[in-house]
Amino acid sequence: MSLLATNNLSAFYGDFQALFDINVTVEQGETVAIIGANGAGKTTFLRAVAGALPTKPEMVMFDGHPIGHKTPHEVVRLGIAMVPEGRRLFPSLSVEENLLLGGHSERKGPWNLSRVYELFPRLRELRHLPAPALSGGQQQMAAVGRALMANPRLLLCDELSLGLAPVVIRDIYQCLGAIAAEGTTVVLVEQDINRALDASVRFYCFQEGRLALSAPTKNFDRAAITAAYFGL
Amino acid sequence: MEWLNILIQGSLLGGIYALFAIGLSMSFGIMRLVNIAHGDFIVLSAYVALVVTQGTGLDPISSLIIVVPVMFVVGYAIQRGLLNHTLSGGLLPPLLVTFGISVIIQNGLLQGFGAYTQRLHEGAIETASVQIFGGISIGVYPLVVFAVAVFAIASLQLLFYRTGLGRAFRAVSDDADTAELMGIDNRKLYALALGIAMIFTAIAGVLFAIRTIFDPAAGPIRGDRRGAGRLVRRALRHPGALQWVVAGLSDWGRAVGRVRAVDRGGSAGRWWR
Repeated sequence: MSLLATNNLSAFYGDFQALFDINVTVEQGETVAIIGANGAGKTTFLRAVAGALPTKPEMVMFDGHPIGHKTPHEVVRLGIAMVPEGRRLFPSLSVEENLLLGGHSERKGPWNLSRVYELFPRLRELRHLPAPALSGGQQQMAAVGRALMANPRLLLCDELSLGLAPVVIRDIYQCLGAIAAEGTTVVLVEQDINRALDASVRFYCFQEGRLALSAPTKNFDRAAITAAYFGL
Repeated sequence: MEWLNILIQGSLLGGIYALFAIGLSMSFGIMRLVNIAHGDFIVLSAYVALVVTQGTGLDPISSLIIVVPVMFVVGYAIQRGLLNHTLSGGLLPPLLVTFGISVIIQNGLLQGFGAYTQRLHEGAIETASVQIFGGISIGVYPLVVFAVAVFAIASLQLLFYRTGLGRAFRAVSDDADTAELMGIDNRKLYALALGIAMIFTAIAGVLFAIRTIFDPAAGPIRGDRRGAGRLVRRALRHPGALQWVVAGLSDWGRAVGRVRAVDRGGSAGRWWR
């Protein structure tokens, strides 16, 4: 049984349909990438899985149970945590308070403050600073740490590389490898195709709200991705 | 010496305003909810205390043991059952709904208690005073109220900066959508926030009703003109700061001004009585 499965997932913003019949499955322990151009529906997909967009219950199955109708805070309690696009740290909270807030659901598991600081030693030194005082890369580490504090079975990462220097992106993806090695299942949304394909075993390519291509990342056909990506 | 007297009396008067301001600042700071009915909740608390004191023979301050939990439940229920449903549509819906609550409370109280002015009697403490240096007398009761206000602000400071609940309040105030993605049940948290705000509203209402008379229509005078307009403007200017402290301090200046006006033989306006 897949950890996450969407069944003909459709999602709407008002009258506007952003996702059309998306079928994605993610097995326990896998790292799966979702790629696509701007407006392809990648973030919408993550938001629907996280409960931030209402869908029919059976459209999103988590560990065999329908969760499409659940609210975000209920979904977190089931073990799905999100690293939102653009970090979205709480500006009036310190770094440590941001991390502690990630553990609000009090899910049991391997992650706690000291484990997060082990993974990102820099954050321990900066823990008393307000979140906006951090650099972009440090903020991204804090955002990943905050999501880990919820002890997720499934970690949703939205555009980890957004606005960061290549060397910083490399560091963060190394940490993500360490997180996945612990057995956490990861869904990556990225525009940086190479980065996403390096880190994942399978990928899905979205195009204008529809699934255009899905394949293992081994021996991928770049021409096929280009075609699916741009709809050429 | 006269200026010192004015300063001291004005500062003590500021204590009750700070208590008035706490509830308003909490609901605006956390939920971005402009509570037009805040003044009426203060008066409602005074009437609850009136019923409790008449029914049980408790003195008004002891009656807080009952009034505070009652107002907490009122706040929790109103937020959960009513105001939570108004928060997704911008600033206007909560404004209209709390305006409606204001009308309902005022007319409900008028129906139940009539338009008579009421008072709560705490006994000798109301008129007791102590002499300090320079022939200045300080009322014991205003001193107690001031101490309560300081204690209230200090305890809120601890709640907001030393507890997980306070952390959640600040996070929701920063970014409600992301807070929900981190596992916070915003609706429950909002209900708790208005409940806690009502604790301070209840204390303010009872202390105010011992100090002076009240009637069903006293709310808008106490709460709104005092509060809504100016406090909201102030809260907007200091988002994230300890808004009630800022509000209380600003009101301190106003209170000093009021006492000075009376001292000059001028009118202090209807609110003074």
